Amino acid sequence: MVLSIYNAASAADTIWVYLEHDSGVLEGVSLELLSKGRQLADQMGWKLAGVLLGEDIDELADTAKAFGADEIWLGMHPLLEPFTIKAYTKVLYEAVIQGKPSVLLIGATPNGRDLAGRLAVRLRTGLNADCTGLEIERESGVLVSEVSGFGGGVLALIEMGLHRPQMATVRPGVFEALQANNTRNGVVIEIPISLEYEEINTKVLEKVTGEGVDISQAQVLLAGGRGVEGDFGMLTELADLLPGAEVGATRPPVDEGFIERDRQVGQTGVVCSPRVAVCCGISGAFHFIVGVEKADIVIAVNSDPEAEIFQHADYCILGDVSEILPKITACLRTSMEAAGV
Amino acid sequence: MSELHSVVCVKVVPKSEEIRVDPERMVLVRNDVRSEINPPDMNALEMALSLKDRYGGLVSILSMGPPSFVPFLQVGAAMGADFVYLLSDRDFAGADTLATTYTLAKGIQKLGEVNLVFCGEESADGATGQVPAGLAEWLDMGQLSMLSDIDIDEENSSARGRREIGGGYEIVEVGMPCVVSVHTACNEPRFMDYSRKSQAFDDESVTIWNADDTEADPKLIGIRGSPTVVSGLAEAAVRERRREFIDGSPEEIAAQVSEILRQILF
Repeated sequence: MVLSIYNAASAADTIWVYLEHDSGVLEGVSLELLSKGRQLADQMGWKLAGVLLGEDIDELADTAKAFGADEIWLGMHPLLEPFTIKAYTKVLYEAVIQGKPSVLLIGATPNGRDLAGRLAVRLRTGLNADCTGLEIERESGVLVSEVSGFGGGVLALIEMGLHRPQMATVRPGVFEALQANNTRNGVVIEIPISLEYEEINTKVLEKVTGEGVDISQAQVLLAGGRGVEGDFGMLTELADLLPGAEVGATRPPVDEGFIERDRQVGQTGVVCSPRVAVCCGISGAFHFIVGVEKADIVIAVNSDPEAEIFQHADYCILGDVSEILPKITACLRTSMEAAGV
Repeated sequence: MSELHSVVCVKVVPKSEEIRVDPERMVLVRNDVRSEINPPDMNALEMALSLKDRYGGLVSILSMGPPSFVPFLQVGAAMGADFVYLLSDRDFAGADTLATTYTLAKGIQKLGEVNLVFCGEESADGATGQVPAGLAEWLDMGQLSMLSDIDIDEENSSARGRREIGGGYEIVEVGMPCVVSVHTACNEPRFMDYSRKSQAFDDESVTIWNADDTEADPKLIGIRGSPTVVSGLAEAAVRERRREFIDGSPEEIAAQVSEILRQILF
């Protein structure tokens, strides 16, 4: 049996959350994981720690405290800005070996996935990827991760026995961030760092961020599937009328290049929690439905009366999307103009 | 640098649109489901082949699974890969990401000098996207993930490419050898080359290695090498919705829907 570098017997009763940040702000998924981690730590009587790596990022420690971290493990070094996989793996590995957390949670972002995948191998431990639920068994301290099975409505529960840390990645939007509490206290622990450029051997020559969208925060989601036949323009027109609206898509139009991957909704995309989701020409496969489960109201337009999406909608419209959607847009525009909105 | 050698890691997966769930037994029904090379891995293969078009060298395909994978892997040979290797042994079965990445790494090490290891961004059936990073760690290589294009600098033995990351991109350069994961749908995988077909689908075209051949540590493969276990299956709780059909002419439907939207949002 493969053995982890440390095991359950020597692990500390702590949950660690790796805190990802961009342009001086903690990522939403990091706040969501701190909130979930706080809840689990309270249930177990454990401590919650956040790990912050970068350069000149000590101010973010206050945010981490406000979102529930009892400890902030802070690693600052010029070679930790920008993110490079070898540098981050090395520093996080050394911190984990020192702190020996029982659980380590990482956001399933592009960098988070790289870091989790590489670190899990170095620690010889298990990694539960893209979890949709996390619980800790009170008696054993075993983390039980829920992941959705391939394509269908089956959930698998995954756990590891004695391997530590119990690592899991979670996509943005799966858990809810709690309100910040600025009166919370936390301790900052500095991570000693020795890094040389030679061991990283990676140059980030250019970096552009902040261009993308975060549809997890949209108030209105207008999602298109195969049935819109690549015509996302008609969804955008309606989105332009509605405050806080974003256009999303199922996986096929994304794979076919009709729309950016940032806008993919569902199990392998973004989990959204809008007030209304309008699903246009979407068949309703389970891995998409996961992404609109949290919508208050779901409206579905589909030309197939048997479409699965109608089982998961509050309002069902049988018809051709390209005919009905522009009419909805026109109708809404007229009534908004009449009301002077 | 001697001749460029790229290895493309490929998985054979059931076609996602054909998978059904048996609601009684809570299992995936895979009978009669056709398989294919994992679509994101086709993008990885295309990137490796296009690099070979520009710089020459060799492209090898490496996969892990049962011998029934062979005909699907041969498609890759017909597209232009020079060699195809399949790691196949009952002892490899039941592997999670740790054991899978170890096994693939052992296969890659057996191939001799390798400059680039290409992987798809994620598999259509597991979709965890953890394999490229894990492989890079076992192989102690640098890593470029989510690349939408690539170029190499033979003189400095480095690879450079554009990483597609949430809401932006990075241009990153890393020393070779390195592991590259390829952004899904960033290119159009080429068709099979018919002049290669008879050779590609020859019985001898795929080399099969078992656990002994790879010299893998038995403790690190298959179930023994996998820390994680599936402890249970459950039916996903699906939220109950009203399922109310809105009838009428398209105009009447549009009026009702816009009224619903107005009530919720304004």
